[in-house]
Amino acid sequence: MSYNPFTLEGKTILVTGASSGIGRATAIECSKMGARVIITGRNEERLEETYRNLQKADHKFIVSDLGEENGIQNLVSQLPAIDGVVHCAGITSNLPFQFATREKFDSIMDVNFYAPVEISRLSIKAKKLNKNSSIVFISSISGVFISSVASSIYCASKGALNGLIKGLALDLASKGIRVNSVNPGIVETNLFDAGLITKEQLAVEMNNYPLKRYGKPEDIAHAAIYLLSTASSWVTGANLLIDGGYTLK
Amino acid sequence: MELNDFIQKFAEQFEETAIELFTAETEFKNLPEWSSLTALSIIAMVDEEMEKRITGADIRNSSTIEDLFKLALSK
Repeated sequence: MSYNPFTLEGKTILVTGASSGIGRATAIECSKMGARVIITGRNEERLEETYRNLQKADHKFIVSDLGEENGIQNLVSQLPAIDGVVHCAGITSNLPFQFATREKFDSIMDVNFYAPVEISRLSIKAKKLNKNSSIVFISSISGVFISSVASSIYCASKGALNGLIKGLALDLASKGIRVNSVNPGIVETNLFDAGLITKEQLAVEMNNYPLKRYGKPEDIAHAAIYLLSTASSWVTGANLLIDGGYTLK
Repeated sequence: MELNDFIQKFAEQFEETAIELFTAETEFKNLPEWSSLTALSIIAMVDEEMEKRITGADIRNSSTIEDLFKLALSK
Protein backbone atom coordinates (compact mmCIF):
# COMPACT_ATOMS: atom_id res chain seq x y z
CA MET A 1 0.00 0.00 0.00
CA SER A 2 0.97 3.63 -0.35
CA TYR A 3 2.70 5.69 2.34
CA ASN A 4 0.64 5.84 5.53
CA PRO A 5 2.26 6.59 8.92
CA PHE A 6 -1.14 6.20 10.60
CA THR A 7 -1.63 2.56 9.66
CA LEU A 8 -2.19 -0.06 12.36
CA GLU A 9 -1.24 -3.00 10.10
CA GLY A 10 0.54 -5.69 12.10
CA LYS A 11 -0.53 -4.27 15.46
CA THR A 12 -2.75 -5.98 18.05
CA ILE A 13 -4.84 -3.48 19.99
CA LEU A 14 -6.94 -4.00 23.14
CA VAL A 15 -10.06 -1.82 23.37
CA THR A 16 -12.04 -1.73 26.63
CA GLY A 17 -15.63 -0.54 26.86
CA ALA A 18 -16.09 -1.80 23.31
CA SER A 19 -19.76 -2.71 23.63
CA SER A 20 -20.90 0.85 22.95
CA GLY A 21 -20.05 4.48 22.25
CA ILE A 22 -16.44 5.59 21.91
CA GLY A 23 -15.13 2.08 22.63
CA ARG A 24 -17.21 0.50 19.87
CA ALA A 25 -16.21 3.17 17.33
CA THR A 26 -12.54 2.85 18.34
CA ALA A 27 -12.59 -0.93 17.86
CA ILE A 28 -14.24 -0.65 14.44
CA GLU A 29 -12.01 2.19 13.21
CA CYS A 30 -8.84 0.39 14.43
CA SER A 31 -9.90 -2.71 12.48
CA LYS A 32 -10.42 -0.55 9.40
CA MET A 33 -6.84 0.74 9.85
CA GLY A 34 -5.57 -2.83 9.74
CA ALA A 35 -5.23 -3.72 13.41
CA ARG A 36 -6.08 -7.03 14.97
CA VAL A 37 -8.47 -5.96 17.71
CA ILE A 38 -9.17 -7.53 21.10
CA ILE A 39 -12.44 -6.11 22.40
CA THR A 40 -13.81 -6.32 25.89
CA GLY A 41 -16.97 -5.11 27.61
CA ARG A 42 -19.67 -6.14 30.06
CA ASN A 43 -22.58 -6.77 27.72
CA GLU A 44 -22.04 -9.91 25.65
CA GLU A 45 -24.83 -9.20 23.18
CA ARG A 46 -23.65 -5.67 22.40
CA LEU A 47 -20.01 -6.80 22.35
CA GLU A 48 -20.93 -9.39 19.70
CA GLU A 49 -22.59 -6.63 17.71
CA THR A 50 -19.32 -4.65 17.78
CA TYR A 51 -17.44 -7.82 16.81
CA ARG A 52 -19.66 -8.36 13.76
CA ASN A 53 -18.85 -4.84 12.60
CA LEU A 54 -15.06 -5.30 12.76
CA GLN A 55 -13.32 -5.39 9.42
CA LYS A 56 -11.29 -8.43 8.34
CA ALA A 57 -10.82 -11.46 10.57
CA ASP A 58 -8.83 -12.89 13.49
CA HIS A 59 -10.18 -10.48 16.09
CA LYS A 60 -11.07 -11.63 19.57
CA PHE A 61 -13.66 -10.68 22.16
CA ILE A 62 -13.52 -11.20 25.91
CA VAL A 63 -16.60 -10.52 28.05
CA SER A 64 -15.48 -9.01 31.36
CA ASP A 65 -16.85 -6.84 34.12
CA LEU A 66 -14.08 -4.39 34.99
CA GLY A 67 -15.97 -3.39 38.14
CA GLU A 68 -14.81 -6.67 39.70
CA GLU A 69 -11.18 -7.43 40.51
CA ASN A 70 -11.43 -10.95 39.09
CA GLY A 71 -12.82 -9.44 35.90
CA ILE A 72 -9.57 -7.57 35.32
CA GLN A 73 -7.30 -10.52 36.16
CA ASN A 74 -9.40 -12.76 33.95
CA LEU A 75 -9.13 -10.29 31.07
CA VAL A 76 -5.35 -9.88 31.32
CA SER A 77 -4.79 -13.65 31.57
CA GLN A 78 -6.60 -14.14 28.25
CA LEU A 79 -4.65 -11.43 26.42
CA PRO A 80 -2.09 -12.22 23.73
CA ALA A 81 0.92 -9.89 23.36
CA ILE A 82 -0.43 -6.48 22.38
CA ASP A 83 0.95 -3.32 20.77
CA GLY A 84 -1.53 -0.93 22.28
CA VAL A 85 -4.52 -0.47 24.52
CA VAL A 86 -7.31 2.10 24.42
CA HIS A 87 -9.03 2.46 27.78
CA CYS A 88 -12.56 3.51 26.79
CA ALA A 89 -14.62 1.95 29.58
CA GLY A 90 -16.14 4.72 31.65
CA ILE A 91 -19.27 5.85 33.44
CA THR A 92 -20.62 9.28 34.29
CA SER A 93 -22.03 10.69 37.48
CA ASN A 94 -24.30 13.71 38.04
CA LEU A 95 -24.36 14.09 41.80
CA PRO A 96 -24.24 17.41 43.65
CA PHE A 97 -21.23 17.26 45.98
CA GLN A 98 -23.19 16.92 49.24
CA PHE A 99 -24.54 13.60 47.93
CA ALA A 100 -21.13 12.38 46.74
CA THR A 101 -20.53 9.74 49.41
CA ARG A 102 -17.42 7.57 49.58
CA GLU A 103 -19.55 4.73 48.22
CA LYS A 104 -20.59 6.79 45.17
CA PHE A 105 -16.98 7.89 44.64
CA ASP A 106 -15.77 4.29 44.83
CA SER A 107 -18.27 3.05 42.25
CA ILE A 108 -17.08 5.63 39.68
CA MET A 109 -13.38 5.45 40.59
CA ASP A 110 -13.43 1.66 40.28
CA VAL A 111 -14.46 1.82 36.62
CA ASN A 112 -12.96 5.12 35.44
CA PHE A 113 -9.64 4.98 37.33
CA TYR A 114 -8.74 1.71 39.06
CA ALA A 115 -9.80 -0.56 36.18
CA PRO A 116 -7.51 1.08 33.57
CA VAL A 117 -4.75 1.32 36.22
CA GLU A 118 -4.93 -2.40 36.98
CA ILE A 119 -5.29 -3.49 33.35
CA SER A 120 -2.18 -1.46 32.52
CA ARG A 121 -0.19 -2.65 35.54
CA LEU A 122 -1.04 -6.33 35.19
CA SER A 123 -0.41 -6.26 31.42
CA ILE A 124 3.03 -4.74 31.95
CA LYS A 125 3.85 -7.12 34.78
CA ALA A 126 2.85 -10.10 32.61
CA LYS A 127 4.96 -8.61 29.77
CA LYS A 128 1.98 -8.56 27.44
CA LEU A 129 2.75 -5.07 26.15
CA ASN A 130 5.31 -5.23 23.33
CA LYS A 131 8.20 -2.78 23.09
CA ASN A 132 7.12 0.48 21.40
CA SER A 133 3.50 -0.08 22.35
CA SER A 134 1.09 2.73 23.16
CA ILE A 135 -1.37 3.16 26.03
CA VAL A 136 -4.27 5.55 25.36
CA PHE A 137 -6.68 6.72 28.04
CA ILE A 138 -10.01 8.21 27.00
CA SER A 139 -10.18 11.01 29.55
CA SER A 140 -12.37 14.12 29.29
CA ILE A 141 -12.29 17.89 29.17
CA SER A 142 -14.02 17.63 32.59
CA GLY A 143 -11.63 17.51 35.51
CA VAL A 144 -8.66 18.41 33.31
CA PHE A 145 -9.62 21.63 31.51
CA ILE A 146 -13.10 22.54 32.77
CA SER A 147 -15.91 21.36 35.02
CA SER A 148 -19.70 21.48 35.16
CA VAL A 149 -22.23 21.36 37.98
CA ALA A 150 -22.72 18.10 39.87
CA SER A 151 -19.71 16.41 38.31
CA SER A 152 -17.19 16.41 41.17
CA ILE A 153 -16.84 12.61 41.18
CA TYR A 154 -16.49 12.34 37.41
CA CYS A 155 -13.99 15.24 37.34
CA ALA A 156 -11.96 13.68 40.15
CA SER A 157 -11.76 10.36 38.26
CA LYS A 158 -10.56 12.05 35.06
CA GLY A 159 -8.20 14.39 36.92
CA ALA A 160 -6.70 11.35 38.64
CA LEU A 161 -6.13 9.75 35.22
CA ASN A 162 -4.36 12.91 34.10
CA GLY A 163 -1.82 12.64 36.92
CA LEU A 164 -1.44 8.92 36.32
CA ILE A 165 -0.63 9.48 32.64
CA LYS A 166 2.28 11.77 33.51
CA GLY A 167 3.69 9.33 36.04
CA LEU A 168 3.23 6.33 33.79
CA ALA A 169 4.70 8.04 30.74
CA LEU A 170 7.94 8.64 32.63
CA ASP A 171 8.09 5.19 34.23
CA LEU A 172 7.41 3.34 30.97
CA ALA A 173 9.63 5.44 28.68
CA SER A 174 12.57 3.07 29.26
CA LYS A 175 10.43 0.23 27.91
CA GLY A 176 9.61 2.33 24.85
CA ILE A 177 5.96 2.38 25.88
CA ARG A 178 4.14 5.67 25.29
CA VAL A 179 1.23 6.87 27.45
CA ASN A 180 -1.22 9.57 26.37
CA SER A 181 -4.82 10.65 26.72
CA VAL A 182 -7.57 11.89 24.47
CA ASN A 183 -9.73 14.53 26.17
CA PRO A 184 -13.11 14.82 24.47
CA GLY A 185 -15.90 17.33 25.00
CA ILE A 186 -19.47 16.03 24.84
CA VAL A 187 -19.72 13.05 22.48
CA GLU A 188 -23.00 11.62 21.25
CA THR A 189 -23.12 8.27 23.02
CA ASN A 190 -25.75 6.38 24.93
CA LEU A 191 -24.34 7.66 28.23
CA PHE A 192 -27.08 10.28 27.76
CA ASP A 193 -29.77 7.63 27.90
CA ALA A 194 -29.66 7.58 31.72
CA GLY A 195 -32.13 10.47 31.47
CA LEU A 196 -30.58 12.84 34.01
CA ILE A 197 -29.93 15.42 31.33
CA THR A 198 -32.90 16.40 29.18
CA LYS A 199 -32.82 16.70 25.39
CA GLU A 200 -33.68 20.40 25.75
CA GLN A 201 -30.61 20.99 27.95
CA LEU A 202 -28.45 19.16 25.42
CA ALA A 203 -29.74 21.30 22.56
CA VAL A 204 -28.93 24.50 24.48
CA GLU A 205 -25.47 23.22 25.43
CA MET A 206 -24.64 22.45 21.78
CA ASN A 207 -24.62 26.19 21.06
CA ASN A 208 -21.63 26.54 23.41
CA TYR A 209 -19.56 24.51 20.92
CA PRO A 210 -17.98 26.86 18.32
CA LEU A 211 -18.15 24.06 15.71
CA LYS A 212 -21.90 23.79 16.48
CA ARG A 213 -22.12 20.08 17.05
CA TYR A 214 -21.25 17.44 19.61
CA GLY A 215 -18.45 14.99 18.92
CA LYS A 216 -19.05 11.76 17.09
CA PRO A 217 -17.50 8.60 18.57
CA GLU A 218 -15.37 8.36 15.39
CA ASP A 219 -13.84 11.81 16.07
CA ILE A 220 -12.38 10.34 19.24
CA ALA A 221 -11.47 7.00 17.64
CA HIS A 222 -9.37 8.80 15.04
CA ALA A 223 -7.41 10.60 17.76
CA ALA A 224 -6.77 7.24 19.45
CA ILE A 225 -5.56 5.82 16.11
CA TYR A 226 -3.02 8.64 15.82
CA LEU A 227 -1.73 7.92 19.34
CA LEU A 228 -1.53 4.17 18.61
CA SER A 229 0.28 4.57 15.29
CA THR A 230 3.95 5.22 14.57
CA ALA A 231 2.91 8.74 13.45
CA SER A 232 2.99 9.67 17.17
CA SER A 233 6.31 7.91 17.99
CA TRP A 234 7.67 10.96 19.82
CA VAL A 235 4.46 11.78 21.72
CA THR A 236 4.20 10.70 25.35
CA GLY A 237 2.56 12.17 28.44
CA ALA A 238 0.30 14.34 26.27
CA ASN A 239 -3.38 15.28 26.52
CA LEU A 240 -4.99 15.54 23.10
CA LEU A 241 -7.89 17.99 23.40
CA ILE A 242 -10.79 17.23 21.04
CA ASP A 243 -13.73 19.46 21.86
CA GLY A 244 -15.06 21.33 18.84
CA GLY A 245 -13.53 24.49 20.33
CA TYR A 246 -15.57 24.35 23.55
CA THR A 247 -12.71 25.32 25.89
CA LEU A 248 -11.70 28.32 23.73
CA LYS A 249 -14.47 30.42 25.26
CA MET B 1 -41.65 8.43 53.70
CA GLU B 2 -44.60 10.77 54.36
CA LEU B 3 -45.44 13.76 52.18
CA ASN B 4 -44.52 16.23 54.94
CA ASP B 5 -41.05 14.69 55.34
CA PHE B 6 -40.63 14.80 51.59
CA ILE B 7 -41.52 18.51 51.49
CA GLN B 8 -38.97 19.20 54.23
CA LYS B 9 -36.22 17.28 52.42
CA PHE B 10 -37.22 19.00 49.19
CA ALA B 11 -36.89 22.43 50.86
CA GLU B 12 -33.45 21.52 52.24
CA GLN B 13 -32.07 21.45 48.70
CA PHE B 14 -32.62 25.21 48.41
CA GLU B 15 -30.48 27.98 49.93
CA GLU B 16 -32.48 31.20 49.42
CA THR B 17 -36.15 30.27 49.17
CA ALA B 18 -38.18 30.77 52.39
CA ILE B 19 -39.30 27.51 53.98
CA GLU B 20 -42.98 28.66 54.09
CA LEU B 21 -43.05 28.63 50.29
CA PHE B 22 -42.75 24.84 50.21
CA THR B 23 -46.13 23.08 50.37
CA ALA B 24 -47.69 20.10 48.64
CA GLU B 25 -49.10 22.49 46.01
CA THR B 26 -45.89 24.44 45.35
CA GLU B 27 -45.12 24.56 41.62
CA PHE B 28 -41.44 24.11 42.24
CA LYS B 29 -40.14 24.82 38.76
CA ASN B 30 -41.56 28.36 39.05
CA LEU B 31 -39.39 29.14 42.09
CA PRO B 32 -36.75 31.75 41.16
CA GLU B 33 -34.04 29.58 42.72
CA TRP B 34 -34.90 26.51 40.61
CA SER B 35 -31.94 25.44 38.42
CA SER B 36 -30.36 22.39 36.84
CA LEU B 37 -28.28 21.96 40.02
CA THR B 38 -31.37 21.92 42.28
CA ALA B 39 -32.98 19.44 39.88
CA LEU B 40 -29.96 17.13 40.27
CA SER B 41 -30.07 17.65 44.04
CA ILE B 42 -33.73 16.58 44.11
CA ILE B 43 -32.92 13.47 42.04
CA ALA B 44 -30.06 12.63 44.44
CA MET B 45 -32.22 13.34 47.52
CA VAL B 46 -34.94 10.96 46.28
CA ASP B 47 -32.28 8.30 45.68
CA GLU B 48 -30.71 8.79 49.12
CA GLU B 49 -33.88 9.19 51.21
CA MET B 50 -36.36 6.97 49.37
CA GLU B 51 -34.04 4.64 47.44
CA LYS B 52 -36.04 5.49 44.31
CA ARG B 53 -34.57 6.43 40.93
CA ILE B 54 -36.29 9.37 39.26
CA THR B 55 -35.15 11.03 36.02
CA GLY B 56 -35.04 14.49 34.47
CA ALA B 57 -38.16 13.53 32.52
CA ASP B 58 -40.00 12.76 35.79
CA ILE B 59 -39.13 16.24 37.05
CA ARG B 60 -40.32 17.73 33.77
CA ASN B 61 -43.60 15.80 34.01
CA SER B 62 -44.31 16.96 37.58
CA SER B 63 -45.84 20.30 38.39
CA THR B 64 -46.20 20.34 42.19
CA ILE B 65 -44.08 18.85 44.96
CA GLU B 66 -46.89 16.37 45.66
CA ASP B 67 -46.89 15.28 41.97
CA LEU B 68 -43.22 14.45 42.23
CA PHE B 69 -43.67 12.69 45.57
CA LYS B 70 -46.39 10.43 44.10
CA LEU B 71 -44.29 9.78 41.01
CA ALA B 72 -41.31 8.80 43.15
CA LEU B 73 -43.47 6.50 45.29
CA SER B 74 -44.74 4.75 42.16
CA LYS B 75 -41.18 3.76 41.15
